[in-house]
Amino acid sequence: MAADTLTAPPETSRARGLPGLEMLGFNRAQSIAFLLLLAFLVVGPFFLYPVFLMKLLCFALFACAFNLLIGYVGLLSFGHAMFFGMGGYLAAHAAKVWGFSPELAILTGGAMGAVLGLLSGWLAIRRQGIYFAMITLALAQMIYFLCLQMRFTGGEDGIQSVPRGRLFGLFDMSPDMSMYWLVAAIFLIGFLLINRVIHSPFGQVLTAIRENEPRAVSLGYKAENYKLLAFVLSATLAGVAGGTKALVFGIATLTDVYWAMSGEVVLMTLLGGLGTVFGPAVGAAVIVTMQNYLAEFGAWVTIIQGAIFVICVIAFRAGIVGEIARWLKVRL
Amino acid sequence: MPVLEDLLFQLELGLPQVVLGLVNGAFYALLSLGLAVIFGMLNVINFAHGAQFMMGAFVAWMLMAWGGIGYWPALVLSPLIVGAFGVVLEKTLISRLYKLDHLYGLLLTFGLALIIEGLFRNQFGSSGLPYAPPEALAGAPVDLGFMFLPKYRLWVVAAAVVMSLATWLVIEKTRLGAYLRAATENAALVQAFGVNVPRMVTLTYAAGVALAAFAGVLAAPIYSVNPQMGSSLIITVFAVVVIGGMGSILGSVLTGFGLGLVEGLTKVFYPEASSTVIFVIMAIVLLARPAGLFGRA
Amino acid sequence: MIQDRRTVLKTAAAASLVPAVGLVPARARAQSNTIKIGVLNDQSGVYREISGPNSVACVRQAVQDSGIAAKGVTVEVLAADHQNKPDVGATIARQWIDRDGVDVIVDVPNSAVALAVSSIVKEKNKAYFNSGGGTAELTGGQCSPNTVHWTYDTYMLAKSTGGAMVKTGGDSWFFITADYAFGHDLERNTTKFVQEAGGKVLGNVRHPLQSTDFSSYLLQAQQSRAKVIGLANAGTDTINSVKQAAEFGITRRGTKIAVLLMFISDVHALGLNTAQGLVCTESYYWDLNDRTRAFAERVKGALNGARPGMGHAGCYASVLHYLKAVGDMGAAAAKASGVEAVNRMKAMPTDDDCFGQGTIRADGRKLHPAYLFEVKAPGESKGAWDYYKLLQTTSVDNAWRPTSEGGCSLVRT
Repeated sequence: MAADTLTAPPETSRARGLPGLEMLGFNRAQSIAFLLLLAFLVVGPFFLYPVFLMKLLCFALFACAFNLLIGYVGLLSFGHAMFFGMGGYLAAHAAKVWGFSPELAILTGGAMGAVLGLLSGWLAIRRQGIYFAMITLALAQMIYFLCLQMRFTGGEDGIQSVPRGRLFGLFDMSPDMSMYWLVAAIFLIGFLLINRVIHSPFGQVLTAIRENEPRAVSLGYKAENYKLLAFVLSATLAGVAGGTKALVFGIATLTDVYWAMSGEVVLMTLLGGLGTVFGPAVGAAVIVTMQNYLAEFGAWVTIIQGAIFVICVIAFRAGIVGEIARWLKVRL
Repeated sequence: MPVLEDLLFQLELGLPQVVLGLVNGAFYALLSLGLAVIFGMLNVINFAHGAQFMMGAFVAWMLMAWGGIGYWPALVLSPLIVGAFGVVLEKTLISRLYKLDHLYGLLLTFGLALIIEGLFRNQFGSSGLPYAPPEALAGAPVDLGFMFLPKYRLWVVAAAVVMSLATWLVIEKTRLGAYLRAATENAALVQAFGVNVPRMVTLTYAAGVALAAFAGVLAAPIYSVNPQMGSSLIITVFAVVVIGGMGSILGSVLTGFGLGLVEGLTKVFYPEASSTVIFVIMAIVLLARPAGLFGRA
Repeated sequence: MIQDRRTVLKTAAAASLVPAVGLVPARARAQSNTIKIGVLNDQSGVYREISGPNSVACVRQAVQDSGIAAKGVTVEVLAADHQNKPDVGATIARQWIDRDGVDVIVDVPNSAVALAVSSIVKEKNKAYFNSGGGTAELTGGQCSPNTVHWTYDTYMLAKSTGGAMVKTGGDSWFFITADYAFGHDLERNTTKFVQEAGGKVLGNVRHPLQSTDFSSYLLQAQQSRAKVIGLANAGTDTINSVKQAAEFGITRRGTKIAVLLMFISDVHALGLNTAQGLVCTESYYWDLNDRTRAFAERVKGALNGARPGMGHAGCYASVLHYLKAVGDMGAAAAKASGVEAVNRMKAMPTDDDCFGQGTIRADGRKLHPAYLFEVKAPGESKGAWDYYKLLQTTSVDNAWRPTSEGGCSLVRT
């Protein structure tokens, strides 16, 4: 049942993209979707609450980073919270204690994700499927333990009152709208980078490995190296997303390293559509919106989340974007 | 001889911990046994196992509070009731997943766990409900010479060992078990021999769920009966199953008891790490023996 | 006039469906004689019982009891679930203040969320009354002129339980501590007071958060032959420790168990059979005197027959006192500056049914006595929720951390 494997169906027809967006690797439908996304990013803060939008974008980037791994390499990580959370801690620490400017603090978060990704990836990619998921879970649990034990994380109080600082030492980021443009730019860069990678020769090899690893190896590709690189890239972007979120809220806490966060990003990606370009961002938007607006309904939040999980798995395995794409007969 | 004294002291400190570790191991064994049965026969990773464990404890409480039905009948009734719930789940939802990737089973049951937990929390709150041990097993703890152990804990170990053995015997030594094992290899062929395979699969799921509920009733008198009691155990139990080898009955039971022991000893020497140690072991085992200690590669 | 919860929910739902509502500037909608109070707490997780919907009900009771409506001030009460996620809590708090014109945020258990909300409220110059949280940082290193920390904190719990237990003969201790800052804090403080009172600490063991089995730790505690086992953990961890201590017959053999943080809802969950003989500190108990009983009676209906705990009482009393200050200075002035409203609260002595007479200190610490209780045996209990007998009262002057030790910057200037 090809349609029910974890990954996107192979590309059948490659419609040409809009001029200018072609170089980004988008087809026509994706170009339109991308323009809509751009429009949303520009107009959004005037309609929706900017802090809420920033949170949404941080999670959207996190989910996109996660999707790079599951959607295009076919590896389900159940420990991505460690990159997201540790990225947040490091960025918060850099901004608060070392006095880094926001762009450097966020890069520090990304670097943390990269280092952690290299170490854990080196161990985890030796295994596949459910065993890969379990190793990443185990490593994430150990990182969680470290975060509890280490002094600089502030235990369950977390790192609080992290200053947003001045971008490049010049622009004050404390007004929400200024911070919003920075977050939107980071999201866009991350999103386009992932997209570029997917459509690069490197991405093609990844897809080949996903489809048939022995064959890719027999063609002379060192599958392990490719997987590791993809893993590190995904971890780095997750770290960037975590770091950005820490600066937006001025806090870094244990919630972001807990295993439930790893589960949440799976939920976002699945809900939006595994292996679609826009799916993870849409999924993240839906989940974050639910957490925010269902907060008034108290205990029903988790029940509704659970119900969405069940409905998705039973009826919409392709996810929101995947279903729309199928309906429109395009790739998104 | 200070060295010998020190050693004796360590032993005095360690031996009771070994016994207590076995008690915890009993729960790990029972829970991972249910997971292994379900995974082995249905190829589904049942994330709702923790929630079903919790339901077992809650149903026992409801029987007591609303029906005046005590511990011993509950030990049979609660697994039956929760097992029946398992039948409904399998028929309506889980049976749609058999041809799909493992991940979907995991996600579906994860969603179910969220729903079940949320509903119970809405109904019963989160701080938990009281449940007393049965008369016969209450009272003063037994003196084992090196420690006092409540009678109830002895019973837990005994019940878990008997239940594990019984399950293993059914699957490995009976005709029914043979059908089951055959059906996992080639369902169509077994069906052709006139065995109703879908019904057998449904009942297997129900049996796995009933095992979880059984563990839940066992846990009710000693652990807090609250909606999140399962979710705090389930991740550990997953690790147990993976270390033992997915789907291996014997493996999950032995690993369950074994890891209970390791955890018990960690609680003396480095208590802060007692919940992390299992994951360290899991990572090492997976890297050295990917199919788990008792799994077939 | 109190707006019905359902209406609030509907408006909230509508707002979420029609984002265009955001186009209307928030200030235009916030009338100067309407005070908006947001109750932000845990409605679905482990702190639900100690905060949750019951806190909301108590805040509504405070609005009613304040008689503020007669002065022409309308009060609207909003509620939300922070799901124990600091980012969710922070977003709601910011959104409430920026978009919905909320003036006061109340309750907020879970120290990470509590501290995050504190800095937001300070930034936006609104008022913040924490009742559900226990971290003494709120009036220490991270104190704020916009914050009143009402009900309890880790220092006061340690002082009351640690100091008073030694006086009643419990002079050797062993700690079972949850391995996180809250637990470490409680253990460190209690150790200090036990030693100051002439007792000694024989050992400790630190367990991971959300453990299931505590028998191993209880056994280690027993092997130390300490007279008192101090439980420096919370919630489910505490309930499991107590349940298993009863199972192992630890209290029957004369060892006392001091629970450093326990709420009456925990005792209710454990049942007296298991909980009897436990010692704990609370700052409110419904059956303490005529006034506390009167309050419990008034809110009983809204709480589905349950009795309020100290967290709920703190929500009630803080909002009541705030509304008195509002009545005094006028709604417009109170809305204009959270610092001014809190300063007015600090200038006025407090008086309410739950905590009696008291004051609010410059660092935001509300001062009232702390009570050391022992849980009754089933035979002693005369009815529903009759759970505690009073052992010791720690006076207002002795119960709280001196400002000189807190390190709050508001005090020095």
